[in-house]
Amino acid sequence: MSMNGKPKFAMYWAASCGGCEIAVLNIHEKILDVDANFEVVFWPVAMDAKYKDVEAMPDEAITLTLFNGGIRNAENEAMAHLMRRKSKILVAFGSCACAGCIPGLANLSTREQIFEAVYDGVSTDNPMGLRPDFQWAAPEGNLHIPEFYPVLKTLDQVVAVDYYMPGCPPESHQIAAVVDLVIQALQGNATLPPTGSVIGAGTSTVCDECPRVRNVKTIQQFTRIQHLTEIDPNLCLLEQGIPCNGPATRSGCGALCPRANAQCIGCYGSSDSAFDFGARLMTAFASVIEGKEPAEIERVLDTLPDPVGQFYRFSLAHSLLRAAPLVLEEEEQYATHQH
Amino acid sequence: MNDTFEPVIIGFTCNWCSYRAADLAGTARVKYPPNIRLIRLMCSGRLDPTFVLKALASGADGVLITGCHPGECHYLEQNYKTLRRYLMLRRVLTQMGIEPERIKLVWASAAEGVKLAQEITDMVEQIRALGPFKPRYPMPLNPSEVVEVQPVAERGTV
Repeated sequence: MSMNGKPKFAMYWAASCGGCEIAVLNIHEKILDVDANFEVVFWPVAMDAKYKDVEAMPDEAITLTLFNGGIRNAENEAMAHLMRRKSKILVAFGSCACAGCIPGLANLSTREQIFEAVYDGVSTDNPMGLRPDFQWAAPEGNLHIPEFYPVLKTLDQVVAVDYYMPGCPPESHQIAAVVDLVIQALQGNATLPPTGSVIGAGTSTVCDECPRVRNVKTIQQFTRIQHLTEIDPNLCLLEQGIPCNGPATRSGCGALCPRANAQCIGCYGSSDSAFDFGARLMTAFASVIEGKEPAEIERVLDTLPDPVGQFYRFSLAHSLLRAAPLVLEEEEQYATHQH
Repeated sequence: MNDTFEPVIIGFTCNWCSYRAADLAGTARVKYPPNIRLIRLMCSGRLDPTFVLKALASGADGVLITGCHPGECHYLEQNYKTLRRYLMLRRVLTQMGIEPERIKLVWASAAEGVKLAQEITDMVEQIRALGPFKPRYPMPLNPSEVVEVQPVAERGTV
């Protein structure tokens, strides 16, 4: 490792799709500022480096680590601990690390159900019904692969996190602003926000940034946006019966999706005032549903066939209940099966 | 199931009806089990679904939501919002693998102390039959590898 005196930068991906890395590269020429001000020491998607290189560094040797992805298996967890130990500032970067995101929706399924989908799916040819063995005694020695955990955990459920940077992925202009802030802080021209802060995002809701008009209108059914041929460009999407997650979602993107005639899906996670993302959305949706009779209301709710997927699309792993009992049940069966 | 299990139920009551119904039950010496902890709201419409989820996540075995009869809301029609939230919550809990019977909605006017006491008694028995609600999470594969989880509750306030 060179010793050029520049602060060190790392970016690691755990259970994620790689979109966060692309969003970082999407800051365009700002990436040159990153290079000018930081020495990139570890970034598996962009450069060659080994885990042992990181292990060899002194503790807190890395000034800034952007950690994206959830904790799905033992390798992810070990890397979370390693990056925590080696970093001064550890940022939960992107929705997966902050709140679980799409991979966190797997917390609704048992591990066996996930394996069934992966190893026995219609597009999978697996006549012997093989499943991964986390340990395997091969003639050459014991082999092991990282254990697949029963639930996906967010980064802060495993290690202490300094900052949260939400978004799926975080918007590039927000990343650039954060990079700028850290550089300014390193030069003594700015102070970093208090630990635990959400950075690179607003505090309010997407509705606050959305130019659409809200009336007090109630709806008789929810409609998936792709089933509509005409969308009023000026009227609130929720009031047009399109399940829009804007009311609970943190601002910071500039209401990109609603401005493009698409519903907010909630990737920036809970706003400052929403404690549980889904609960806040239930409140918002309840106020637009028409009906005073249970049967009437149930009929409207029938048009929302996947409520957890709607209300917790990006936040299930960090929600208050996190679909825990199902996990518990599965683990008991799993334990019985193993012994 | 454990015979000594005493369910903990959080009950949200409306200032204008069910809280007074509970008060009336007390004045009239109508008995109901002490398993319920009543919290007074100004209106059942104040009930944010967060309260229900947080009660369950913090160790309650069930949540009772009470309000004025339809058409009798002190604030005109907020109790209809409660009804919609309640029906939505039931669906969400079901999808999460949690028994929807753990939450219950009861309309009780200020005169219905006896009815409220009966509903509370029924619910305690129902939850007793369901057993304790234990959101044990996360479940590490190896119990010796228990990971300290920072409670969500410490990250902000409702």
